[in-house]
Amino acid sequence: MPTDIPRQKKDAVMKLADTDFATDRREHDVRSAALDYWNKLKAGELGALPAILGLAALVVLFTSLKPDTFLSKANVANLSTQALPITILAMGLVFVLLVGEIDLSAGVASGLSASVMAKLLVDGGQPWYVTIISAVATGIIIGTVIGWLVSVLRIPSFVVTLAFFLGLQGITLRLIGEGGTVPVRDDVIVAIATKNMPIWLGWALAVACSLGYTATLLLRWRRQHVRGLHSKPLEFVLAQSAVVAAALLISTYVLSLDRAPSPLITLGGIPWGVLLVGILLIVCTFVLGRTSYGRHIYAVGGNAEAARRAGINVARIRISVFMIGSGLAAVSGIVAASRLNSVATDAGGGNTLLYAVGAAVIGGTSLFGGRGKARDAVLGGLVIAIIENGLGLLGTKAYLSFLITGVVLLLAATMDALARRRRTAAGR
Amino acid sequence: MSVTPALDLRGIGKSFGPVKVLDDVSFSAYPGEITALVGDNGAGKSTLVNCIGGVHPPDSGEYRFEGRRVRVHSPRDASLLGIEIVHQDLALCENLDIVQNLFLGREQRNGLTLDEDMMEEIARTTLSGLAVRTLGSARRPISTLSGGQRQIVAIARAVLLDNKVVILDEPTAALGIAQSQQILEVVRRLADKGLAVVLISHNINDVFAVSDRIAALYLGRMVAQVRTADVTHRQVVELITRGTGGEVGLRR
Repeated sequence: MPTDIPRQKKDAVMKLADTDFATDRREHDVRSAALDYWNKLKAGELGALPAILGLAALVVLFTSLKPDTFLSKANVANLSTQALPITILAMGLVFVLLVGEIDLSAGVASGLSASVMAKLLVDGGQPWYVTIISAVATGIIIGTVIGWLVSVLRIPSFVVTLAFFLGLQGITLRLIGEGGTVPVRDDVIVAIATKNMPIWLGWALAVACSLGYTATLLLRWRRQHVRGLHSKPLEFVLAQSAVVAAALLISTYVLSLDRAPSPLITLGGIPWGVLLVGILLIVCTFVLGRTSYGRHIYAVGGNAEAARRAGINVARIRISVFMIGSGLAAVSGIVAASRLNSVATDAGGGNTLLYAVGAAVIGGTSLFGGRGKARDAVLGGLVIAIIENGLGLLGTKAYLSFLITGVVLLLAATMDALARRRRTAAGR
Repeated sequence: MSVTPALDLRGIGKSFGPVKVLDDVSFSAYPGEITALVGDNGAGKSTLVNCIGGVHPPDSGEYRFEGRRVRVHSPRDASLLGIEIVHQDLALCENLDIVQNLFLGREQRNGLTLDEDMMEEIARTTLSGLAVRTLGSARRPISTLSGGQRQIVAIARAVLLDNKVVILDEPTAALGIAQSQQILEVVRRLADKGLAVVLISHNINDVFAVSDRIAALYLGRMVAQVRTADVTHRQVVELITRGTGGEVGLRR
């Protein structure tokens, strides 16, 4: 090739270039994988670590402060249903946050959807499935309108959803009437958050999920290993499946114990709502991680221009995430109504939305878009529920609860921003 | 010339309102060769590239691809023919890894799910065919890559599918000496594989280091299309700045 650079100088230059384009590495042993993980942490890819550490710290804290009540069988069951609405709402918000948008109206959208359901049940006398479908449809319609305003008219989602936050509360108020409450007495709907699965079914599902998870990881590892692709060391894969299986089986054990306050009755089993969250978690994880639609969501959040040039319909992705966000908000509203046996005019108002955003961010979803997983909602939802529950047990005054929750949310957002700074610094 | 040019534009004209940006421009790029497109700022390089890529279809002139007359009215038309442009702002998603970026918008699927294994294998083959070494693991996120490594990923993206023409817009502008050298090696390798490469550059040394032909634009007109071996540095600089240099270029 024609070149003006003398041979010797060129060789030196090539050597320099080589160091920058380091050698290929496919297989990891435990050491190199651990090092890799450490480097990732240092570069600001924190993943689920802060949420898991926070969860552990909170459990230790509240157990030491309230040794007899916090980890009691009844409270653990209560905790699991307390976390349900926040977790589902947060899971929808993960989709919206992933494309770098925000939905401030998700909380009140859940309230409005729930009141549509309650009104249809009580005044319309409709069967439960019709009311649930109508509630979810309400959520999806709200999401479609928001998504259209944001992605076609390009109004900032902050403003659009702030307007919806106010407007939807007005509609709920009109629907239910000033200061009113609509009771929800349908057996099926009430069962979602207040009734438990038979104990045998809980165990069967827990064992099936543990085995399924382990098998999925092992099969993937084997496939990658055989084809010589990038893979984690087998030890990591085994440890990961062991931890998840242990968490599943231990919580099943605790929830299967008889927690009835009186010896005359038995009360035990996993609440049905936990199964619902489990199914949503599996579906959302699959959609985000294993389908091209999910991949495109990450791409739009990472670099919308790059996504557009790659031929992705960015507007359609944006609309769809708002539809998913508000649709899951409706599900969250149904679960909340089931837990409270009623829908009030302030359903989904107040700090519901902030708790859900907090849950997603604490779990590891970035407010800046492009980073996050469905499991973040579950981890973060548990953290928020534990704080709420623990402070309640301690009899903390309301003003303190607000302060503490606010500080936790701020901490999570700070961590997100700092991690982002690390990432920008790491990419030279 | 016995070889059919991969890309052959004749008498291309393009105006934006009253401003004539390209005036009767002819331009060819041959398979297996690097054609450097040079010109000062505002000479019309970007407009010409946008005409080729279908972003701004030309107002007049003939567009031939592998000897056939074609109509390129959108980026999609260009991409269907096998023409890819690597823009200066690389347009990569930092939150995704190398494989995910390479296949963005054209993911390989296995039914409903993504076929990650196949994508990783193709990515690995493409990357190792391009660079001396690949980029550590093909699963590294873009955010951890250096500027030169990102450029390699962007180029790999352009040649991943069976493309015929690759246009690189200032690929070394933001890079240091060592990285520029590495990128130029990669560009050379693309041509050696039989692709027609168009290299836009302001760096005369780079142009002389790798190109086979030089096409110089001056105020919207193509003032010279010459073999690199037939001209000197000085002539090319003059072509860029004054539109004429020695015996080549505009006649005064």
